[in-house]
Amino acid sequence: MRKVLATTLVGLSKDKDFAFLTGDLGFMALEPLREAAGERFINAGVAEQNMVSVAAGMARLGFRPWVYSIAPFLYARAFEQIRNDVCFHKLPVFLVGNGGGYAYGVMGATHHALQDYGALLGLPNLKVYVPAFAADVPVAAERIARAGGPAYFRLGSDETPKNFVLPAYASWRRLLVGGGPTLIIVGPLAGGILGAAMQRPTEIRPTLWVLSELPVLADEIPAALVEDIQRSGHLVVVEEHVAEGGAGQALAYALLLRGAAPQHFSHRHALGYPSGFYGSQNYHRKECGLDPQSILALTEKP
Amino acid sequence: MQTKVPKSDPQQEVASKELHRRVRLRLLRMHYESGVGHLGGNLSALDLLLTLHHRVMEKDDLFVLSKGHAAGALYVTLWSLGRLSEEELLQFHRDRTRLAGHPQADAIPEILFATGSLGHGLGLSVGLGLGKRLRGQPGRIFCLMSDGEWNEGSSWESLIFLAHHRLAAVVPIIDLNGLQGFGATTEVADLGSLADKLRSFGLQVREIDGHDPEAIRRALQVDTPTRPTAVVARTIKGHGVSFMENRMEWHYLPLSAEQYALAVEEAKRL
Repeated sequence: MRKVLATTLVGLSKDKDFAFLTGDLGFMALEPLREAAGERFINAGVAEQNMVSVAAGMARLGFRPWVYSIAPFLYARAFEQIRNDVCFHKLPVFLVGNGGGYAYGVMGATHHALQDYGALLGLPNLKVYVPAFAADVPVAAERIARAGGPAYFRLGSDETPKNFVLPAYASWRRLLVGGGPTLIIVGPLAGGILGAAMQRPTEIRPTLWVLSELPVLADEIPAALVEDIQRSGHLVVVEEHVAEGGAGQALAYALLLRGAAPQHFSHRHALGYPSGFYGSQNYHRKECGLDPQSILALTEKP
Repeated sequence: MQTKVPKSDPQQEVASKELHRRVRLRLLRMHYESGVGHLGGNLSALDLLLTLHHRVMEKDDLFVLSKGHAAGALYVTLWSLGRLSEEELLQFHRDRTRLAGHPQADAIPEILFATGSLGHGLGLSVGLGLGKRLRGQPGRIFCLMSDGEWNEGSSWESLIFLAHHRLAAVVPIIDLNGLQGFGATTEVADLGSLADKLRSFGLQVREIDGHDPEAIRRALQVDTPTRPTAVVARTIKGHGVSFMENRMEWHYLPLSAEQYALAVEEAKRL
């Protein structure tokens, strides 16, 4: 996804207010952007707190800086700078966290982002964008730039299944209709589950929705989704993020407010490192029951 | 480097002494009437703030108060410039005020950033400096910092960035009063000479008496030098009130009626 983002930002870099700051990362991905943006591409070094403050200072003068790092180094390390310098002032600083969830795999826990949007969504004025597919990245990036407020863009790896025609990026999308439970997925995890669900008979496969923007606001839940939830009687929320502060909790709350609570509710989410061992992204997903087989086993449970 | 420092003018010196006295008294009254402490660090910064705003800053210049706990001194400085009204000062620290204990976001146009957590202001200033450079805009960015906030790693991150990018438009001013939240800086985390530390990063450092308006004015006359400049201003916490001077408790304590009367007497004579 980051290569797609780099290409998208090359396009956006023609804007006089464009700037890009990286925390010394981007080898083999951001070179074309560095070329295109010239002096407005700034390697801020391994100093994320300063990088976010600098971006806020630039934004005060009318710049619209993108700030890039591996997700935890950005949202967790510079949390107070994000809160005080960016969010309090509603500044157009666009934080790009690469490697949402377990995406950095066997690089280990320090590189994983399992608490990122949960931690950030309590901040004022900030919006979170979680593209599920590489094709979402350009549209979402343009939306972020247009919205012009504090944003967190959580990137991962593309897992779009072959032979699937994706509907254009939107905060809510229904990708599959079936006779099973209603399944809401956040992030690239959707690709693998979608691929597996497509192979299942229509009457038992889930109705699959992808959620790409947070926070979840009760009023903005699509009527069609509420109907799906009511009809199926079972809502399953799946995300590569811990339960605390995650989309599952937010959806349950929003549906209660909406007066549309599901009869049955299941939540599959990151669990950290229950076995104490480390491995690839798929290893960790499997350990948390986030792999396609485990999800389908849950949605097809009689 | 190029600097143009106009010669000092005796009349101006008398006028600034008068101004500083008047504003110091207003600061004491504001804190007293609102029952608010934090006077020590406000009194150490006041001469710097007044000289900077009255005699140094020009229309393209920007200011960031990194030591947000000197908000009171900044408010009375803005009052002395006619940017805050007497009525507004009366609301200091009260409910429904714009004048909170630390500067708030988007409350007052002259205050660009909410500060109060230390170690943010230099990075913000550096961002303003870089932004101005990229836009080809004139003007300097003055950032008033405490000495205690050099405990913060983020201050050093920003210093590295400032030095590396040779952002000479950004001028850190350090209010070196030697006392921090719960001890003397030498007892808590002794940095030795902060001026030498800054020099070792490639900055040009001017060490001055932070209560001498003329020295402050001269040190802050930084006109597009090629090398970044920092001003290390030796100051006295609680300056001008003998029972507060160099005493840590005045980082926190409000004034009693008797203490206030005594403080006013002394501040008048200064």
